[in-house]
Amino acid sequence: MPQPEAAQHRSQGKPRWAEHLHGLGPVIGLVLLCIGGTLLNSDFATVDNAMNVLTRTAFIGIIAVGMCFVIISGGIDLSVGSMAALIAGSVIMFINWAGPASGSPLMAVVMGAVLAVVLGALFGLAHGLLITKGRIEPFIVTLGTLGIFRAYLTYFADGGALTLDNDLSDLYAPVYYASLAGIPVPVWVFVIVAIIGGVILNRTAYGRYVQAIGSNEQVARYAAVDVDRVKILTYVLLGVCVGIATLLYVPRLGSASPTTGLLWELEAIAAVIVGGTALKGGAGSITGTVIGAILLSVISNILNLTSIISVYLNAAVQGFVIIIVAFLQRGRR
Amino acid sequence: MTSFTRRIALTAVAAAALASLPALAAEKVNLGVSIPAATHSFMGGINYWANQAKKDLEKEHKDLKITIKTAANAPEQANQLQDLSTVTKINALVVFPFESAALTKPVAQVKAKGAYVTVVDRGLTDTSAQDAYVAGDNTAFGRIPAEYIVKQLGGKGNVVALRGIATTLDNERMDAFNAVLKGSPDIKLLDAKYANWNRDDAFKVTQDYLTRFKNIDAIWAADDDMAVGVLKAIEQAKRDDIKIIFGGAGAKGMVKTIMDGKDKRIGADVSYSPKFIYDAIKLTAEARLKGEKLPATTIIPSVLITKENAKDFYHPNSPF
Repeated sequence: MPQPEAAQHRSQGKPRWAEHLHGLGPVIGLVLLCIGGTLLNSDFATVDNAMNVLTRTAFIGIIAVGMCFVIISGGIDLSVGSMAALIAGSVIMFINWAGPASGSPLMAVVMGAVLAVVLGALFGLAHGLLITKGRIEPFIVTLGTLGIFRAYLTYFADGGALTLDNDLSDLYAPVYYASLAGIPVPVWVFVIVAIIGGVILNRTAYGRYVQAIGSNEQVARYAAVDVDRVKILTYVLLGVCVGIATLLYVPRLGSASPTTGLLWELEAIAAVIVGGTALKGGAGSITGTVIGAILLSVISNILNLTSIISVYLNAAVQGFVIIIVAFLQRGRR
Repeated sequence: MTSFTRRIALTAVAAAALASLPALAAEKVNLGVSIPAATHSFMGGINYWANQAKKDLEKEHKDLKITIKTAANAPEQANQLQDLSTVTKINALVVFPFESAALTKPVAQVKAKGAYVTVVDRGLTDTSAQDAYVAGDNTAFGRIPAEYIVKQLGGKGNVVALRGIATTLDNERMDAFNAVLKGSPDIKLLDAKYANWNRDDAFKVTQDYLTRFKNIDAIWAADDDMAVGVLKAIEQAKRDDIKIIFGGAGAKGMVKTIMDGKDKRIGADVSYSPKFIYDAIKLTAEARLKGEKLPATTIIPSVLITKENAKDFYHPNSPF
């Protein structure tokens, strides 16, 4: 493919300041949006609203951190929304069963949270094995599991909703609703996941392998990188992220239904791309991804806080902002 | 094809041909039911009640055979309609169209082959493609909550609304809601945003409403699933100004809350039960067994559910 390579050379030939400017695309977008939001509604700039937005970003943001690794390595995962829904359903069923069965509701909730992460890792492992050892395109594998995960949730829920028993729900609720030092728990978790993700990507050999595979898989192979193992690990990492996001999500509404996590895969992918990671892989950043995820939440928050734009056009506004931000950093691709 | 399978296929074709002969099967009804798949609670209810109708009615009438097909999208439903018509050889159809416009032609084709067609809930764009239409009352679905809210608030207060997905059905409900509020100038509808009949979206939209408006008296959640998200958002914000939360559709959890009087804010609901698919199948099957027709339009009324009548709307075994 001569075209993308040519584009890459061009961007490498640019002066450093231009490179930096491109990386600032999502930041500029976010700042502009926040200024706009404050002008439209003075409540936008309150701490409470900021915390609401950050808390709801946490789910997509955590998943996007994992997605960032997969996309940088040149892969994709379309199943994360369905996976989150199935994990949420399974965890709820498990806690409802284990609460009375084990005699210790607290133990049941803790084990449920662990189960969320374990299930995520296992689903990710299955993806990784099918993609590397099974030699199936990631797009196809995860398109398949997208349907499989959601269908099983619908089946378990009998088409309705799986709901956490009331007492157990109260016990689990603080995981979403509590705050530490004035900052909600999900935001803390989001920050920690992002920092760990950033360290792995930029400061470890594994992180460099992921980038190397994404920019040229053959060269990475010749350089004695265990390509299969690195790729499998990216999907496991993403699965773990989905598990963590789900264990935060379950206490929010205490239920999972077939509409849970609908289109989360697109939101997570959009966050990664808006954040400056190339869809064809090779390069990307966790900071950009985090800002991308926040940017997407801020758009819908502003739309909810104002009523100047016809409600019919909400999705269009989101689409325009995504395209504009991507345009601000087009040189990267 | 081996000769064995060919013989089976031939027998099947012959049997199907025999079954469709009018002389032999004057009062046999081979009824096809085509509905969307159970992808959310309400459709879960539709699936439950369709299967319930098959169980009850096939037991009751030995001349009745019901085949249920569920589709995940409009093109799949169109394919299934074709199969029902050419392979299952149905002579009556109850269809809950995925989309109105896209399914009009496929349904018309089934009718053209001689099947009696009852359309449920989502209408077709060309009514000549159907024999009968059975639906819930969307106008009442919007009007009843508005009347209830106006009465409970004594004609004065601030209201916010959550809408479903941008569809004509949703417009119909919102228009009916607005029409009632017009008569009470002291009730202010602060805003109405889409929450897509989804709990998560309802949670977010409500959070933002609570940030934006310091005083809200009533929230029209317009759906029981969305009401769940509304309740959680209010709980999180620790707000106690909201006096009324009105859902919609009569989900079993919400009806139970009303029955038990568990939450002062949830005193009523409006019925829009997925059970209407059961009624549609029963009406169609029984009319066809007698060789009769249904009225062109049957509206299953939406009524106010309160503590007094809640037990009539409580179906603990339904997923909805």
